[in-house]
Amino acid sequence: MKNMDVSAIKDGSVIDHIDSKSTLKVAEILNIQQEEQVVLVGMNLISKCLGKKGIIKIGGKSIAQKEVNKIALIAPNASVNIIKDYEVVQKFKVKVPDVLEGIVKCFNPNCVSNHYAVHAKQHVINKNPIKLKCHYCERIMNAKDIILI
Amino acid sequence: MANFIQRDIISIRDFDKDGLLYLLDLAKRMEQTDHTGLLKGKVLASLYFEPSTRTRLSFESAMKRLGGMVIGFAESGITSAVKGESLADSVKIIEGYCDIIVLRHYLEGAAQLAADVVDIPVINAGDGANQHPTQTFLDMYTIQKTKGTLEGLKVGFLGDLKYGRTVHSLAYALAYFDAEMYFISPPNLRMPMDCIEELNNRKVKCYENETLLDIAEELDVIYCTRIQGERFADPVEFEKVRGTYRLSKSFIESLGVKEDLKILHPLPRVDEMDETLDGTDFAVYFQQARNGIPVRKALLAAVLGAVE
Repeated sequence: MKNMDVSAIKDGSVIDHIDSKSTLKVAEILNIQQEEQVVLVGMNLISKCLGKKGIIKIGGKSIAQKEVNKIALIAPNASVNIIKDYEVVQKFKVKVPDVLEGIVKCFNPNCVSNHYAVHAKQHVINKNPIKLKCHYCERIMNAKDIILI
Repeated sequence: MANFIQRDIISIRDFDKDGLLYLLDLAKRMEQTDHTGLLKGKVLASLYFEPSTRTRLSFESAMKRLGGMVIGFAESGITSAVKGESLADSVKIIEGYCDIIVLRHYLEGAAQLAADVVDIPVINAGDGANQHPTQTFLDMYTIQKTKGTLEGLKVGFLGDLKYGRTVHSLAYALAYFDAEMYFISPPNLRMPMDCIEELNNRKVKCYENETLLDIAEELDVIYCTRIQGERFADPVEFEKVRGTYRLSKSFIESLGVKEDLKILHPLPRVDEMDETLDGTDFAVYFQQARNGIPVRKALLAAVLGAVE
């Protein structure tokens, strides 16, 4: 019999295959402290492909596309499972889109997007490792420069 | 990008080699033949949120020499920006008064923002430390005119390479022409790593140095820039590097440079180039400033669809 590290949920979303160290950042993106239903967070679980992984299960939660895009930047290996009545009804890998809008703050303090009410926008020029080019000031951002909005 | 009609001119990265050569050829035609009246009835809005002399006056002169009209301002202190109006709102309103906008702004990415919100063409006349594509066109035009070619030159960039937007743009443009580049600066004003990385990806041979001493005799062109005090957050850091380089006739001659070496500078200069250089054949920076007219005439005519 399979031993489950984290209990199953009846309805909601499961974010699996998170790089273990990024688990709490993903939890922050999902704003779990505001959730009123069951939230289960697991870290350093055994994973065949990642060695160690994180997992987050949130009862009653539907993941928005904007959240998926943010998770893709922080945990590019993550997958999302939509659960209905204990069954997985949809499963997909997160994917970094070609353009990010209103998700990442430009790290350049002199960028126009940090001075006017402008939606920050970046073009993804490399997905792994992540490399973004600001649509406005053309500065290149790496993973360490990413500040989520 | 050989088709310039109604295009925004924001970044040198928007241009390929054919586009650059087309524009330089058109500038040559503009210099050789009178094109008075070509832009009759057209209005240029010249919007300068940051001080400028050469760029602003040469754009305005180019437009007037082509028969067009100019409206605008030379300092943001007299605009509704002081009342808190956003840049997007300002340009959307001005769009209704003109056919083309030339924008200089202290914030990086300002020209792209303007281009995103208006339907008429926007030309970037400098956005913070980011881009200054039309300066690059006239730098390229000057190099081509004085060296007879753009291909395979050894070019030394000297001074503030960190904040010098004209350096970044010129390096990207020269990358199309098999140039070898030498970046000479104090350690804290080095060429940004992402620029070097981009040039490396494009297989450009580039080298970094702190002095001209060992490499000057190799160079075909020296592109000297001012160390820009206004870009330093910390005045102490500026004081450490100001006056690091000072080119004079005797210093240049002592380096054993090629007889046909050309020295360019986007100007204004402060103390990095001695006046003894001015009368030499090396110095082409005043000619470079004059070249702003044919180059900007070419650009305005091409973007407004007045030439083929």
